[in-house]
Order: sequence, then structure tokens, then C-alpha cells
Amino acid sequence: MNNEYRPYTLIAELTYRCPLRCPYCSNPLGYAGYGNEIDTDTWLRVFQEAEALGVVHLNLTGGEPLLRDDLERLIERASRLELYTNLITSGMPLTFGRLSRFAALGLNSVQVSVQSSGPTESDRIAGAPSFHRKLEVMQWVASLELPLTMNVVLHRDNIDEIEELIALAERVSADRLELANAQYLGWALKNRVALLPTREQVETARTIASKARERLRGTMEVIFVTPNYYSVHPKPCMDGWGRRFIVVNPEGLALPCHLAHTLPGLRFDNVTKRDLADIWHHSDGFNEFRGNRWLPDVCRNCDRHTKDFGGCRCQAFHVTGNACATDPACSLSPDHGLIESARSQASQSAGVPILFEYRTGRGFSQA
Amino acid sequence: MTNGMTGDIARPQLSLKVRLRFDRRTGHYLLLYPETGLELSRTATEIVHLCTGERTVDEIAQYLAQTHSDISLVEITRDVCDFLKALAGRGLVQGFK
Ligand code: SF4
Ligand code: SF4
Repeated sequence: MNNEYRPYTLIAELTYRCPLRCPYCSNPLGYAGYGNEIDTDTWLRVFQEAEALGVVHLNLTGGEPLLRDDLERLIERASRLELYTNLITSGMPLTFGRLSRFAALGLNSVQVSVQSSGPTESDRIAGAPSFHRKLEVMQWVASLELPLTMNVVLHRDNIDEIEELIALAERVSADRLELANAQYLGWALKNRVALLPTREQVETARTIASKARERLRGTMEVIFVTPNYYSVHPKPCMDGWGRRFIVVNPEGLALPCHLAHTLPGLRFDNVTKRDLADIWHHSDGFNEFRGNRWLPDVCRNCDRHTKDFGGCRCQAFHVTGNACATDPACSLSPDHGLIESARSQASQSAGVPILFEYRTGRGFSQA
Repeated sequence: MTNGMTGDIARPQLSLKVRLRFDRRTGHYLLLYPETGLELSRTATEIVHLCTGERTVDEIAQYLAQTHSDISLVEITRDVCDFLKALAGRGLVQGFK
């Protein structure tokens, strides 16, 4: 079996429910209209099928995965399957007791998202009071000797706090600090004007982050993800369509990325109806953008396509209207002007306060 | 140092965040840690299995020398050090600088 198309990671989006309302949430805009969440037994079967396909990493995410009361059973099974299991959480709602149970059942690591380095801004961005609880949760994680990733989605309102964010990560003894600029899809695209930083902001932050990476080498891994609006060539989105990742969304759709089902005309299958291996190898949706067949001419004639696969399909569609276009973030894309105008808008509106449109829909309280 | 020994008293051990698992598909061992992993060669796997926190680098090298009589102890020691240094740079082993 060749390893060109082998999934290493299963991203299990257990629910779209969440107590927070981040304006850059990676859940689809219409998440509130989705069907019922798949049940425990279905997830257990999906884990097993994923492992048989070659998956070794499992990300338990959402929405907020803690809202699933079967998380204990999921972690236990994942651990028996020897999956390296990472819980990606806002930290709410959680008790120390429940976190200790997760650790005892074999959870391998925890990623906590923080919106800003201080309570006022953090709570404003999250759309709910949460900062103090996050700090407490990160301390619990460290006290249980679970590896901790502190994740911060960067945008124009928090990217200037990079020093403080690094200091905070050191204070909570994080093993990894992910400083990831928002990717402008879904809610973040809707809020792009309020979120996109200027080039100067990005460059300053990058410089500070690289210094910290050197200083902390071996102690804390510092990762800085540039917004692709400011890179010359796009990133290999998801390491290529249907190559390394499977996302299963709350209602059971198996997808090559979080937002693949927002692309028109593609057909994706549900894990309740079809075996995961069959979906991975044979479904139309997973095969749609594999290989070179579909590549636009610009990319076909560019030798970078073996590395970046023409960039992000969702960005191509949501910015240009054509899912088969070269990622407009690429400077060689005929649609790159659309990205350039977003950048100049960002520099013109620098310093002017702009309100977010918070993620809305089926929230925590009604869940 | 002329005998290839490092004299280092540290006893390297895999960090808590690291899990070692066998990969049925490739027949190699994988070192897994948050978000990513490393596929280990045969020799790398042997070294990792010896990093239990009980052996010094010199003891690890000597142990390997017994089963690899075609390679000199000096070379083995150097390979072990290079490999552990690469792992330490990523925070994957403790007790080695
Ligand atoms: S990004 Fe914010 S709102 Fe979206 S799932 Fe994560 S914590 Fe919840
Ligand atoms: S033209 Fe296509 S293949 Fe070349 S760098 Fe841009 S996106 Fe990548």
C-alpha cells in the first residue's frame, strides 16, 4: 500500500456547540442548521476504522468537545487503539476531577486556546468571561504532567501582544506555543476587516516569535503561522487534499478539511452510511482534488505544485467563487488583486476600532 | 575522550509528551508527539529503546557496539550523540544537552 494517500490524523469534531463565540471560529457559518450529533458507538467505530487506515493522531475538537459527556469513553478507546490523543479545548466547562480522569484514561496532550494575554481583551474576543478559567485549566494540565499547547489565534487586535503571550505561555509551563494567524475562511472571512493585521504588525510579531523560538529551544516549541494573505506562495493546505487528514464533523460527514462541505457541487459521505476506508479511497469528495488532473494551468506550469498542491480549495472558492482556481493568496494567481485590496484595506483602517460579528447560532445554554 | 567516550553522566529518557508506537503499515517505529511525529530508522529505534533514564550515553553506545561489531565505538558514540541532540532540540528527550 503506498503512503501517498495515507491519513495520519483524524480530526474528530465532536460537536459544533461551544460556550464561546470567537469571531474567527473555524466552524462553518451555518453550523446551527446542522443535523444531530453522531452517537458514542459511531465515534468508537470511526476511531477503529481510522486506526486501521493508518491514523496515529487523534484530535478531539469541536466546537467545545467537553460538552460531550461521552468524552471519557472516547479517550479510553483511543488510548487502547494507541492513538496519540490531543484534546483541543477552550477549557470550559471542566473540573480538575474530570481532567484527571482523562489523564488516567490515557489522554496524551491538551491544547488550550487563549484569546489574549489579559482578561479584559480575552473575554471580549471570546464573547464570554473565560480568561481566568483558562489560566486555571492550564495550571491543572501542567500539574497532571500532561503536555500543554497554548494556542492563540492572532489578528490585528492581539498580534501586538506577542511578547506578553510568550511570557504567559512560559508562566503556565506550556510545551508548545502556537501563535497562529487567523485563516480567513468561515467566520474569520466574514470578520476579515476587523481581524486582518497590517504587514508591519505581522513582520514585527514574526521577528519576536523567532527570537523566542531560539531562546526557548528544547524547553518550549514556539510556532508562528503567518496569515497566508501575507505570504508569497500559499501553504500546502491540510498537506494536500485527502492526503494526511480526515475530518469527521459532528453529524458524521467525513471531509478532507473543516470546511470542505461548504464547497458547492462536491459530494461527501457520512460515516453512519459508509465505511471510513471506503470513503477515504473511493468517495468522489476525497478524490476530487487529488493528483494533478484538476490543477489550473497557472499551477500546472509552476513547479511548486508538488509542494503546495495549488493551495487551499476553500480559500479559492470563498474568495474567487471558483473552487478549482489557484489559491488567490498566491502572488501568481490571476485573482491575487482580491487579496491585495484586503491588505490595503487593512493598512488604511489600522488603529480604527472595528466591531466583530460574533459567532452566533445554537449556543451553550440551549444545548 | 580518545576512546570515544563522552564521560557524560546524564541518563537520557524520552520526554513525557512522547509516545513510541509500532507502525504496522511500514514496519517502522514512530515517535509521536503533539501534532506530528518522526518515523525512526532501525538504528534510531534501537537508541530510543535504550533511553530509559537508566543508561548514560556511553553505556548506550557500548550496548549498541556489542550488536554492531562492524562499526567502531567512536562512530556509534557520535551517531548516538547526534541523534539525541536532534531529539533534545525538539524537546523529545530529557537529560541530554
Ligand atoms: S474558535 Fe472559539 S467559538 Fe469556535 S469552537 Fe473554538 S472556542 Fe468555540
Ligand atoms: S502558482 Fe499554484 S503551484 Fe505555483 S506557487 Fe502559486 S499556488 Fe503554488
